[in-house]
Amino acid sequence: MTFFKADGLAINFGGIRALDGVSFEVATGEVFTIIGPNGAGKTTIFNLISRIYDPSEGRMTFCGEDITRVPPHEIARRGIARTFQNIELFEHASVLQNLLLGRHAHKRSGFVEELLFLPRVERLEVEHREAAEKVIDFLDLQPYRDSLIVNLPYGVRKVVELGRALCAEPKLLLLDEPSSGLSVEETEDMAFWIQDIQNVLGITVLMVEHDMSLVSAVSERVLALNYGRAIALGTAREVQDHPEVIKAYLGG
Amino acid sequence: MRFVFKTSYGQDVALFRDGVQRNTYIALFLALLVLPLLVPEYVGDISLVFIYSLCGVSLMVLTGYTGLVSLGHAAFIGIGAYVYVFVSQDWGMPWIVGVAAAVVVTAASGVLVGLPALRMTGVYLSIATLAFALIIQEVFTRWDAVTGGLKGKAVSRVVAFGVPLGTDERFYFLCLAFLLAGLWLTANLLRSPTGRAWVAIRDSEVAAQSMGVNLAVYKTMAFAYSAGLMGMAGALFAHKIGFLAPDIFSVLFSIQFLLMVVVGGLGSLHGAVFGAVFVALLPVLISQSRDAVPVWAGHAFALFGKDAGNAVFSAVDRFVKQPGLEPGIFGLILVLFILFEPLGIYGRWVKIRLYFSVFPLYKHATFRRQKSYMRSERLR
Repeated sequence: MTFFKADGLAINFGGIRALDGVSFEVATGEVFTIIGPNGAGKTTIFNLISRIYDPSEGRMTFCGEDITRVPPHEIARRGIARTFQNIELFEHASVLQNLLLGRHAHKRSGFVEELLFLPRVERLEVEHREAAEKVIDFLDLQPYRDSLIVNLPYGVRKVVELGRALCAEPKLLLLDEPSSGLSVEETEDMAFWIQDIQNVLGITVLMVEHDMSLVSAVSERVLALNYGRAIALGTAREVQDHPEVIKAYLGG
Repeated sequence: MRFVFKTSYGQDVALFRDGVQRNTYIALFLALLVLPLLVPEYVGDISLVFIYSLCGVSLMVLTGYTGLVSLGHAAFIGIGAYVYVFVSQDWGMPWIVGVAAAVVVTAASGVLVGLPALRMTGVYLSIATLAFALIIQEVFTRWDAVTGGLKGKAVSRVVAFGVPLGTDERFYFLCLAFLLAGLWLTANLLRSPTGRAWVAIRDSEVAAQSMGVNLAVYKTMAFAYSAGLMGMAGALFAHKIGFLAPDIFSVLFSIQFLLMVVVGGLGSLHGAVFGAVFVALLPVLISQSRDAVPVWAGHAFALFGKDAGNAVFSAVDRFVKQPGLEPGIFGLILVLFILFEPLGIYGRWVKIRLYFSVFPLYKHATFRRQKSYMRSERLR
C-alpha cells in the first residue's frame, strides 16, 4: 500500500491550467521535496492536498483511502498537517494557544461539558497542554510560551507554525517553504528539525522549498515542476543536473 | 513587576491566573453584594449595567472572539424578551420555563442567521444581520397576537419559583446572578477547544480549517451561543423596562451593543463589562450635561457682557436640544476609539496597570502596533 499517492492531479483557474496531470508517490518515512520556479504549481498541490481547492481531474489517496473529496476540516483528523508559505498564525493569541489549537483534531470534549468545564474537560485540557509542552521542548520554544504572536520576530513565527502542525501529531507533514524569510543559521536549524521530525518523530514530510542546500541536506527524493507539469524526479543531485530543470530555471 | 511561577499544567487551564486574581474577583463580588446598601438610589441603573454586560458578553463572543460583526443583536434581545413574556405571561408557564424558552428560541434564530452568514464575511455579514434586525422589528410590529403590535405589551413583575423578585433590590441580585452565570459559562468555553477554535476563525480561517476546525459548525455555534445569551438578557430586560414595544429594538440599539464591545475592547470579557458600564451611563451623562452645558457656556460668555452670555446660552441650548444628538455622540465616540485606542477601555486599563507595575521603566513602544506581514490573499 502506498502511503500517499497523487494520480494525474489537474486544476484550472479560469483559463489557466495551474496543474496539468501531476502524479507522484510519497513513501512512508521519507522527506519528499517539490521544487520549481515561481508559478509552477507547488503551493497549488499543497492546497489540493489540504482540500482548500477542488481538483478538476485526478485522485489523491492517503493510507489507502481516497481523500479527493474529503471536506477540508477532515484532513487534519486523517493525519495530514501543514504550514503556510506566508505564515497563517493566530496573531492575537499566545504561542501556547496556537499550539493548543493544533490539537483541535484530537478534540474529544462536547459543547455542554465545556460550557460547565467538567472535570473530564479539565483532564483533557491538561493532556493537550502536555502534548503542546513536548512540542515546545522539541523546538526550543520555551522563552516564547506566553508571548503573543504579533510581538514575535518572523523566524520564531515560522517555528511556531511548524510547532502547531506537529501538535496535530500528523502522519504526513506538509511544509510550504519552511526556510523562506529565514537567516542562514535559522535555515540550518530548520534542516536539523526536519531531520529530527523524520528520524525521531517518524513523520513523513512533503515539502516545497527553494533553498537547494536545505533540499539536498534533508530530502530523499525531489520532484521538479514547471508550468504545472512534472519534469524530473530523483535525488536532489539528479534533479539539479537534469537538463529540463536547468532550462526551466535559466531559460534557453 | 510580578510574575506567576507556574508549577503545573493545571495552572494554565485554571479559571483564574493566580490566587491574587481570584481574591480580587472575590473582593469585587463582595463589594457588589453590599453595593445596594451603599447607593440604594442607583440600584436600578446598576441592574441595567448588568443586563447590558450580559449583552456585551454575548456580542463579544461573536464579534470579539469569532470576528463576525453583527448589527442585528437588538433583534435577538427582542426575540428573547417577547418569547419570555409570551411564554411566562400569556401561557402562564413558570418563570424558569419562560427563561429557558427565551434562550432556546433565540439560539435557534441565531442558527438561522448563522447559516447564510457562512458564505459572507466582513461588511456583507454586517449588512445581512442588519437586514435581519429590520425584518424582526417589522415582525414585532405586525404580529399582534404575540407581541401586542404597536400598542406594546406590559410586563408584570418577576416571580421566580414563587418568590417575588420585583423590588429594585431583589431584581439587582437576580441580574447579578445571571451576569455571573453568563460570564462563567463564557469563560469556560473560551478556555476550552471551542473557544480556541473561535479565536482561530477570527485570526485565520484557512489555518483554522487545515487544523481541523469545521468552519460551518463553529461559526453557527458562535451565532447560536451569542444569540442564546442575548435571549437570556432579553428575559431580564423585559422586566427592567416593564413595557415592550417594537421601536425599542431598533438599529440604534444594535449599534449600542457594537459600541459596547468596541469601546470596551474587542477580544476580552473585561472589555464587554467596561463597555456596558460606559454605554449604560453615557445617556445619563448626556442628559445631565444637556441642562448643565448651556448654563456653563452662558456663564463663561457672560464675562463679555450680559447680552453675549444670553445669546451663547440660547445658542448652545438650542444645539444640545437637537434631536439625534445622542446617536451622534455615540458615533463620534466609536470613531475616536477606533482611531486612537483600538484595544478599547480594557486596552487602556492594561496600559495603566503596566505603567504602575513597571514604574519608572514604562516605555511607549511596548504597545506600538507592529506592521504585520502580508498574509496570503489567494486563499480568500
